[in-house]
Amino acid sequence: MTTGTHGNTRTTPRRPRRLALGAGILGMSLVVSACSGTTPGTGSSGPAASVAPASSITEIDYFTDATSSDAFKKVLDTCSTQTGVTIQRQSLPLKELLPKVLQGASSGTMPDLAFVDNVNVQQLAETGALSPIDDYGFDLSGYVKGIVDATTLNGKNYGVSPAINTLALFYNKKMFADAGLTPPTTWDELTKDAKALTSGSRYGFAVSAPASEEGTWQFLPFFWSNGGDLTKLTAAPSVDALTYLTSFVKDGSMSQSVVNWAQADVADQFIAGNAAMMINGPWNISKIDKSGKVDYGIVPIPTPKAGQDPVVPLGGEVGVIPATGAPTQAAAAEVLKCMTADAQMLKWAEGNTRIAPRASTAAEEIKAMPVLAPFATTVLTARARTTGLGAKYPVISQALWTAIQSALTGAQSPEAALQAAQKSVG
Amino acid sequence: MSTIDRTGVRERGMRSRTHRREYLVGIAFGVPAAVYVVAFFGYPLFYNVLMGFQNYTPRSFYTGEAPFVGLANYQTVISSPTFWPAIWHTAVFTVGSIAFQFAIGLGLALYFTRRFPLSGLLRAMLLLPWLLPLIVSSAIWRWMYDKDYGVVNALLKLIPGVDAGVPWLTQGNWALVAIIIANIWIGIPFNMVLLHGGLQSISADIYEAAKLDGAGAWQRFRYMTWPLLKPVTLVVLMLGLVYTIKVFDVIMGLTGGGPANQTQTLTTWSYQYSFQLFKFGPGAAVSNLLIIIATVVGLLYLRSLRRSGDPR
Repeated sequence: MTTGTHGNTRTTPRRPRRLALGAGILGMSLVVSACSGTTPGTGSSGPAASVAPASSITEIDYFTDATSSDAFKKVLDTCSTQTGVTIQRQSLPLKELLPKVLQGASSGTMPDLAFVDNVNVQQLAETGALSPIDDYGFDLSGYVKGIVDATTLNGKNYGVSPAINTLALFYNKKMFADAGLTPPTTWDELTKDAKALTSGSRYGFAVSAPASEEGTWQFLPFFWSNGGDLTKLTAAPSVDALTYLTSFVKDGSMSQSVVNWAQADVADQFIAGNAAMMINGPWNISKIDKSGKVDYGIVPIPTPKAGQDPVVPLGGEVGVIPATGAPTQAAAAEVLKCMTADAQMLKWAEGNTRIAPRASTAAEEIKAMPVLAPFATTVLTARARTTGLGAKYPVISQALWTAIQSALTGAQSPEAALQAAQKSVG
Repeated sequence: MSTIDRTGVRERGMRSRTHRREYLVGIAFGVPAAVYVVAFFGYPLFYNVLMGFQNYTPRSFYTGEAPFVGLANYQTVISSPTFWPAIWHTAVFTVGSIAFQFAIGLGLALYFTRRFPLSGLLRAMLLLPWLLPLIVSSAIWRWMYDKDYGVVNALLKLIPGVDAGVPWLTQGNWALVAIIIANIWIGIPFNMVLLHGGLQSISADIYEAAKLDGAGAWQRFRYMTWPLLKPVTLVVLMLGLVYTIKVFDVIMGLTGGGPANQTQTLTTWSYQYSFQLFKFGPGAAVSNLLIIIATVVGLLYLRSLRRSGDPR
């Protein structure tokens, strides 16, 4: 059974605090605990097959909104029952998750099983705090290549994903019908449709371009589909992609406010009818459905030329097993295996409108939820953001989102903005 | 005689023993506080200073290895194209916020010294910005500032002759103005409450006397209220400085330091280094610089006060 859902369910044994001993001693013990901050983890990452699994593990994830938290809890509960391992769960917002895991790494109190954003896996693996999952006999056959790339560092695999996602183009069916248009498939069509659908206070197109990873993530489908390379930000395909995105603001078919919109804000604008098209992910589907305001369709993101396949970025969470000792690692692996077996993978992906990372399971999922089809087809060739970059990715991403903001607000030309970005990356 | 002397000696001995005991007890009472300060202020500060000289990466958390790199982090930070803009934004943000928070807070405090129907209720309502969680207020401000659908621009467009909204949050200088306005709104209650308290402590008699002597409203403010309020004013400004220079939530919630670093202050920049780029060394260096700047400005301010005479 899963004990505890939200907040600070902690399992580390609490230090006995005898108030009678006085505040001074309490103070001293806190000093001692603060000073022990650099003790490296004592876990072993060796083969764990021979060790009896622990009966209880701690788990951490970033599914904090009600829908996904409940769906995730159901999966955890089932797998807890199936494996006989008690799971102590803790949910934190994504922003706080990595600092929390790193903090745990320094004090030897890491969770036994952690679900982190795939973009952070290589970074975490590089610290040495993760135990490679190759040791536990996971069957990763049929897994989408992008997600395996994202979890692999120096030939070793450090995580198994229960669900992945990517981006696609959402369009307002009624607005398209009124204008006599069909969903765009190329950049030229997207430009024309966006312009045609812009009227009054309504914009034709919307993306999310805030000063965060979201900004880079949303730009990558244009960047990569045009042949852009994250290590060559000033190359012609990169500049052309940014010029293309900027053109929507220039011709008035996209609001300049996108530099302040997170992806959830973009979905709100789409629901409110302020944008006829938007780039967004499958996690917003339930929100749009619940609003009941928009009849929408989803198509793959338009490509520079007709007949191309869009190159989209891969998103999704990954279960990793920190090195917390052989028994807890073995138990965590059991639970993770249960969660990534077909039945639970399907339950979680459907309950949370994400895509199952095993192609055969995804095909099954699409039958039940055809609305996810555009995501399921493009995610097969989705690219992991960290491939070949690893821990360098955050620096490049920050430089890129700054350049995007600079170009969209007209502070710099796309070319100058990307030159500055390349310079700051070095 | 001798017996008296002896008792005297004994008494003195006893007294000194009691003194010593009292002294030790005093120390014992002080120890928890000292330990607290060392553990929760001294140690983190020391660690932050140390980190500023280290190549501290995510790996360092696990292995505990963080090689010393001397001043390299400071070099990285100071040679970054974001450095001088961040200093400038921090300065403009701090001075702009405090000046208006204080002026408006003082105006409201003076206004509320007069009793009128519902004044208590109104004063309580003005506290609202202070009571809201910062992340909530900044989300609402972000909404209101929206270039196309925000209420601020909708109101502006009601003014005859204004047909285009202000690009709040999407143009660099406007974004800086926008975060300052939001922060002023948040800071007014703090200033108002403290200054109102200060005004209450000024005796009404002297105003009466001044009125009888024919002093006008401005003269009463300039030559009586202002000097008598000075001790409170100093505290308010000093605390305002400390609070404002380290504001984080408001900026993060409204612009995230964007667009394109144009509202990046030392606090948000330090956060970006540490928690978006995972470069903890430069992140620590930026926050150390912030601490130094805040301390220097604070000390200069205190010294300028001492020169202008003891406020009390």
